[in-house]
Amino acid sequence: MIIDLDKFLAAEKAYWTELEGYLDRLASSPEVRLNLSDLGRFHYLYMRTSADLARIQTFSSEPEIRRYLESLVERAYGEIHETRRDPHRFRPRAWFFHTFPQTFRRHVLAFWLALAVMALGFAFGGLALTLDTEAKGVLMPWSHLNMTPGERVAMEEEEGGKRLEGRKGSFSSYLMTHNTKVSITTMALGVTYGVGTLILLFYNGVILGAVALDFITAGQIRFLLGWLLPHGSIEIPAILLAGQAGLVMAGAVIGWGSPISFRGRLRNILPDLVTLMFGVALMLVWAGVVEAFLSQYHEPILPYAFKIAFGSAELMTLIWFLSRSGLAVDRRGARP
Amino acid sequence: MTDRRTGALTIRTPEGVVFSLTLAGPVTRFLAVSVDLVVVSLLSEVVGALLGFLGVISRDLAMAATLFAYFVLSIGYGVLMEWRWRGRTLGKMLLKLKVMDVQGLKLTFSQVVIRNLMRFVDILPGLYLVGGMACLISRRHQRLGDLVANTIVVRQPKIQAPDLTQLLTGKYNSFHDFPHLEARLRQKVSPHEAGLALQALIRRDQMEPGARVELFREMADHFKKKADFPAELTAEISDEQYVRNVVATLYRAGGR
Repeated sequence: MIIDLDKFLAAEKAYWTELEGYLDRLASSPEVRLNLSDLGRFHYLYMRTSADLARIQTFSSEPEIRRYLESLVERAYGEIHETRRDPHRFRPRAWFFHTFPQTFRRHVLAFWLALAVMALGFAFGGLALTLDTEAKGVLMPWSHLNMTPGERVAMEEEEGGKRLEGRKGSFSSYLMTHNTKVSITTMALGVTYGVGTLILLFYNGVILGAVALDFITAGQIRFLLGWLLPHGSIEIPAILLAGQAGLVMAGAVIGWGSPISFRGRLRNILPDLVTLMFGVALMLVWAGVVEAFLSQYHEPILPYAFKIAFGSAELMTLIWFLSRSGLAVDRRGARP
Repeated sequence: MTDRRTGALTIRTPEGVVFSLTLAGPVTRFLAVSVDLVVVSLLSEVVGALLGFLGVISRDLAMAATLFAYFVLSIGYGVLMEWRWRGRTLGKMLLKLKVMDVQGLKLTFSQVVIRNLMRFVDILPGLYLVGGMACLISRRHQRLGDLVANTIVVRQPKIQAPDLTQLLTGKYNSFHDFPHLEARLRQKVSPHEAGLALQALIRRDQMEPGARVELFREMADHFKKKADFPAELTAEISDEQYVRNVVATLYRAGGR
């Protein structure tokens, strides 16, 4: 049997046009919420158009109508069958104090793994510099790190932060954007079964370990802490959190022993990845400001004790925040 | 289900209806990305010029704001556009492409953010080489960002409601004088054959004159074998008119 196209078009076209109107409305204003009667009508039109598509596929091979109906059904299908939670109203306060720390805690094992790998890199960097002092140029290929720690401290204390005079803001912006790029790459490399993420974490640990050992052996521990702690107490955990996100992604990609499909596993962790990365971005903005406006000032302008105390307070606050914030909501069993 | 040959993804709805989405290939996608890069560069120029006024207060502040704004624009452009315009950036709009959930569902904010952040790996080592390779290998032409975010990029030109009225109405159909032969024709011609004939008529003006005559001659011969209309009727009309009558008979069962 071949469908009577003339009659078919005369009978159904008005419904298709009406459905197209609904779809255009939803497309041009994503925030629009249909009321109950509109929803009922929309569903009816979708079902009717689906039935029309089935008829045309069975009883006619007219491709233009089929393509047109397919495009309508495909657009309406997404609207009708979407059931995933995706809140449109963003609550920054609840997100910051509840969702972010809760998400961190939910994947805390990945964080510990990221920390362990960075610590391993740290130890490797220190050990490499101890065994081969010539390796300094390779491990720290930056001119300001290649002078001796004593020279560096003398230079920094003498110039009193004048080096960045008139460009602290742009330096701060550079740090924020550069570190955010590194963090995003660390997270994104989780797709390589986590290998890329682990390499970046290890590499960061190596540099940190080499710098730390260089200053420690030169007896410049106070300078090192005063220089690194104010921004590093936030910046380094931020990189670790990005590594945590990368390892969470890697876990979903690998999916050992999980009965959920590859797609399902990734679908489940996407909101958590976004939460962690937004948290990382905030942390890096803060770290960038502190590094440009505070870390570069040393004694006699800023006492090391103050800088160390400030950095330690930041670190303590961060640890408290990530481990305790939103815990009451956690205990009530509410999912962020 | 993906058909590699046609580059289409077929989705079966719970209602049992099947529809297919035409997947966008790497070249089209690269063109769309290139357009977006130009747009981001232009936007950055404009924002940079506006923020340059901050230089009145402090040159450093103006530079800091410009640097930060460029970074936010380069990441935020894709996220905001794809979220606000349901999977479309300006480049994608221009090339009639759209990002979709791999199951045909609505895009979520998380999907949009992650597929855009994954560009940092897809772009490596330059010119989207990793992403392009992934696109070529993937059954659904997905770059790594699409794979992680469960998204696909489809070609979605705006399809207008077809207008077949001109073709099916108007001229007198001499086949209607032989309803029993029309019934036989409807019985013996498959929907696929009918569709071919309809398409030939729709596209007849795009054909070379010689090819047009030849095609309709072959089609008319084919349909003549299905139902044997009287010779005095078929001798008076051209092959193209014969096919036209066949199509009108098949698609307008009740039309007289």
